[in-house]
Amino acid sequence: MAETLTKQDIIKDENIVYKKTKLMTDKVLSYCPGCGHGTTHRLVMEVIDELDAQANTIGIAPVGCSVLAYEFMDIDMQEAAHGRAPALATAIKRLMPDKFVFTYQGDGDLAAIGTGETIHAANRGENITIIFVNNGIYGMTGGQMAPTTLPGMKSSTCPYGRDVKMMGYPLKITELIARLPGTYFVTRQAVHTPANVRKTKKAIRKAFDLQKQNKGLTFVEVVSNCNSGWKMTPVKANQWMVDNMFPFYPLGDIKVDGELVK
Amino acid sequence: MAKELRLMKGNEAVAEAAIRAGCDGYFGYPITPQSEVMEYLMAEKPHERTGMVVLQAESELASINMVYGGACCGKKVMTSSSSPGISLMQEGISYLAGAELPCLVVNVVRGGPGLGTIQPSQSDYFQATKGGGHGDYKLITLAPSSVQEMYDFVKVAFNLAFKYQNPAMILSDGAIGQMMEKVVLEDQIPRLTETEIIKKCPWATTGKTPDRERNIITSLDLDPARQERHNLKLQEKYKKITENEVRYETIDCEDAEYIFVAYGTSARICLKALQLAKEKGIKVGLFRPITLFPFPVNQIKEMAGKIKGILSIEMSAGQMIEDIKLAVEGKIKVEHYGKMGGIIPSPNEVLEALEQKIIGG
Repeated sequence: MAETLTKQDIIKDENIVYKKTKLMTDKVLSYCPGCGHGTTHRLVMEVIDELDAQANTIGIAPVGCSVLAYEFMDIDMQEAAHGRAPALATAIKRLMPDKFVFTYQGDGDLAAIGTGETIHAANRGENITIIFVNNGIYGMTGGQMAPTTLPGMKSSTCPYGRDVKMMGYPLKITELIARLPGTYFVTRQAVHTPANVRKTKKAIRKAFDLQKQNKGLTFVEVVSNCNSGWKMTPVKANQWMVDNMFPFYPLGDIKVDGELVK
Repeated sequence: MAKELRLMKGNEAVAEAAIRAGCDGYFGYPITPQSEVMEYLMAEKPHERTGMVVLQAESELASINMVYGGACCGKKVMTSSSSPGISLMQEGISYLAGAELPCLVVNVVRGGPGLGTIQPSQSDYFQATKGGGHGDYKLITLAPSSVQEMYDFVKVAFNLAFKYQNPAMILSDGAIGQMMEKVVLEDQIPRLTETEIIKKCPWATTGKTPDRERNIITSLDLDPARQERHNLKLQEKYKKITENEVRYETIDCEDAEYIFVAYGTSARICLKALQLAKEKGIKVGLFRPITLFPFPVNQIKEMAGKIKGILSIEMSAGQMIEDIKLAVEGKIKVEHYGKMGGIIPSPNEVLEALEQKIIGG
């Protein structure tokens, strides 16, 4: 007769393959099921934990879906006005150059209302890290057109699809800032598969390592989904992202060691 | 040791005062008539003198948000601008007030509305004292009427800002900013170390250490009951400021029959008008509010019982007069005289207005 394993038999140190990220708080995430924010939050906190930098890090939350990022990340954080996070980060880093300083921003925050702050912080070569989550839509306010909404893509303020003749083109701000001399490492990643999650974590780690070396601005874009804004199931949203977002926003490094990737 | 005296522009006095007050960071954007503040700072290399950071931002939006970022860290930070630039900063100022952060904003006022003119004006009184940005909040507002006060009020404003964890504003104008007068300089106050900041500002985002919970600076709270409590706390603070921090100056008010109420440049014009009035045998005094918020309501109210009328002299269409009228409660006549568009009234015009609008009116 086979022995029956109990829960207690399984919960042993040697069997642990995964545990809650130390620097994530116990607060239940406010994100929709299937959203990429939770994973991205976790990766940033894992990197800070690995760097043993909790006491040396100041994060800045944006306005958008991740407006409450400070409730989930167990570090000192500031809540910025919409789009202004890079301005806050600039001052913090200049006043406290020994701290890790990062902003966590969405596409409306970073690439529409905060374009000026983003471009100029990058162009000044501020030694900060920007984590940019791009899901092509304003999620929190209910699915309006974003600066990154794809041509033809539907949103509540372009219900018949984005007509570029009338509404303009989506802004590839990551390619734009990669061309500025103040940026040192610019990459675009995703978190929809375990392999991509690992790559994104590596990229975030690299961005923070380079920040410590005062190399200039480091920038990690995470192309993500918005299943509620896109009005799809989480699985379909991820597939739609692969089929539609990735061709327009191709994954991979854009600038490495201060040089554009050919 | 002999006092250190220097002939300076008002704007330069602000800059030198900032360095000597132990300011940690200045973030600004050029605009006439206050560009000398950042020019002076850049030329002085305060990073070598005290380690102070000076940065030219890409806009007033960025400068005030840099101030926000620095203030969140418990740093002594400031910006300066002039009217159109201060309008752009209102978003950030509201966030600073909402998050209860100390900082200094200097407004060297020019005429408006819109791009207006680069000449001096006092037409931003409402914006400075009634809120300016969105939400129920107040700025501690100081109105210098000399270059010496431009210098002195930097330290005063920083002290008040930290005492009450609230943004403070120096409401100056293009004349005070541009004119040169001698200034008595004070000794350098050292900038605070990180350890001193952590002790003085335990709320600041200085990095979460194991001995405390994480510090979060935000003006957001989606729970109405908590948001109301926060607002009530702010109102309680403004009440305390009103009770404790009123500043004003009176000149020849003891046996006066009439009073000029004026601040800043207008108060300087009134000083000359007092002399002219004396020659004519008119008994008039000058009441000069130094804090515009808190406004010296009780002092004006008390004075109103002893005089026949008040003339509010402002380089605007009449803004402070509303606060004077509220203080006087209709007991005596209160009129306004002023110039707009960047024109400074002459002492003769001021006296004439008193004779026509108050004495003869």
